[in-house]
Amino acid sequence: MSVATRSVGRSVASHAILLTYATIALFPVILILINSVKSRKAIFRSPLSLPDAETFSMVGYETVMKQGDFLLYFQNSLVVTVVSLFCVLLFGAMAAFALSEYRFRGNSLMALYLALGIMIPIRLGTVAILQLMVATGLVNTLTALVLVYTAQGLPLAVFILSEFMNQVSKDLKNAGRIDGLSEYRIFFRLVVPLVRPALATVAIFTMIPIWNDLWFPLILAPAEETKTVTLGAQVFIGQFVTNWNAVLAALSLSMVPVLILYMIFSRQLISGLTAGAVK
Amino acid sequence: MGSLSLQGIHKSFGAVEVLKGVDLDVRDGEFVVFVGPSGCGKSTLLRIVAGLEDPTSGSVAINQQDVTTVPPAKRGIAMVFQTYALYPHLNVRENMGLGLKQTRTSREVIDQRVSRASALLSLDELLKRHPADLSGGQRQRVAIGRAIVREPEVFLFDEPLSNLDAALRVQTRLEIARLHNELKSSIVYVTHDQVEAMTLADRIVVMNDGVVQQVGSPMELYNNPQNLFVAGFIGSPQMNFVDGSAVGKPDVKTVGIRPEHIQLHLSDRENSSCSLVSGSMVGSIRHVEHLGADTNVYLQCDSAGLVIVRIFGEQHFEAGQNCSISFDAAQAFCFDHRGVRIN
Repeated sequence: MSVATRSVGRSVASHAILLTYATIALFPVILILINSVKSRKAIFRSPLSLPDAETFSMVGYETVMKQGDFLLYFQNSLVVTVVSLFCVLLFGAMAAFALSEYRFRGNSLMALYLALGIMIPIRLGTVAILQLMVATGLVNTLTALVLVYTAQGLPLAVFILSEFMNQVSKDLKNAGRIDGLSEYRIFFRLVVPLVRPALATVAIFTMIPIWNDLWFPLILAPAEETKTVTLGAQVFIGQFVTNWNAVLAALSLSMVPVLILYMIFSRQLISGLTAGAVK
Repeated sequence: MGSLSLQGIHKSFGAVEVLKGVDLDVRDGEFVVFVGPSGCGKSTLLRIVAGLEDPTSGSVAINQQDVTTVPPAKRGIAMVFQTYALYPHLNVRENMGLGLKQTRTSREVIDQRVSRASALLSLDELLKRHPADLSGGQRQRVAIGRAIVREPEVFLFDEPLSNLDAALRVQTRLEIARLHNELKSSIVYVTHDQVEAMTLADRIVVMNDGVVQQVGSPMELYNNPQNLFVAGFIGSPQMNFVDGSAVGKPDVKTVGIRPEHIQLHLSDRENSSCSLVSGSMVGSIRHVEHLGADTNVYLQCDSAGLVIVRIFGEQHFEAGQNCSISFDAAQAFCFDHRGVRIN
């Protein structure tokens, strides 16, 4: 910050606001984390206190590891998330490139059609999707989930990415054409590296709802071998008895992979912003 | 090296007609400059020559071969862009060699041509660097080098100097002139800067509103403009346009006089009643620009409005002084009501 705009009062105020927000946002997460390492009684007696020598207990994690096949659930979630993410980014970026680069009849109509999905929640189509999956024999497969999540993520991806594609220098793409690069190479070698920050943003936006989703796994793939983590954690929530230790432990564990993915993408975001572009 | 021929080029974007029938021949080894105000269609015309844009109708031929439907890479052209458009992920050597690599040219040939181009442009020190580590002038030299390496029939330059600062612009302009002398290649060059056009071109194509106004050598355009637009566009400061009736030529709509063809006489009003036939007017000085080598005087004339006079050398005039001006009728240009030159 330059000297001219530095002011103690303003700095304190902005930090106070940010800290308040951070506390509110992190509170439930921390609550889950501290309670996941406490004994059952301690969770109910004083849910807000930190675990001490007496109340510390890993029983939740032990239950999770013993009961159910959590490693498989994790694997399922990861496969579904990563594959859907890949499809959304690849097809979204390609569609965005076509929409921003080529002039053809119905271009703006096509853009509108592709963006329409932002306004219409995909869950409204659940019954039809289920019928479709039954008809194609895709029920209880990870493919069903990947297809649905790809469809769910595409509209926003196309919308955001086509804005960014417009900003890539036309001269650069034309230079590639004059040098004889194919449109695919222009897309992958020249354009994609320059919109990497936008891709990372879209990846984060797309990834979190997929990882956290309970609805579609419950409806389309509830079988034991295709369960995702969110669905697996439901085992411990019973109608009469809920094993809170196990639920909290499962939730804590499920944060880890998504955090790792987030860190990967956010690093891309920063390095993308600082890399040298056209001028 | 090659020739270029454009026939009846029309281009419309939707309902807007950008080019309205352009015919042009560029001879082998000629340096042709398209010049005109922004939006006149000169860049679009260049992009049609390059194959980056399809003409709505008309044909493009390079070396007598119709290339209207040939993709850019196979037309035998190379283009230098205003924004340099270097590939950010490749170093200078790879940037220059990429076009040849795409045509599966052997490594030795690529290396040989890259080193020749880099010697020509003194880029040897920079070959390992990436575009992000180069200055603006260096990037433009690399972009020119990338074009040279392809050994094209025709070089296309799209406002290559617009992003450089003034000193670098003059230097790069000289460099381009030198390259043209050494390579003896055909060049089509687009600019909105008439100084670039006048200094570089063998022939200038003045365009306005999608139509070629006049084609000719720089001096032809300066001494013999065919219409009002060309007369006003070529020359700096701009030619003065005066109503014919104000200078005693009621049969002429507009009379154009170049600022450097006017003589300025300090006077008091009583003595300034020269005869109108010799083309003289009276007025008072509004503003004076001192440029060192010459002086521009802005004169508010009673009959003709604002007139610019360019006087060579350092002159001492001040705003508010009364003056009379005169000019040689032989050096004035006459235009009819459509803006066409009358001889």
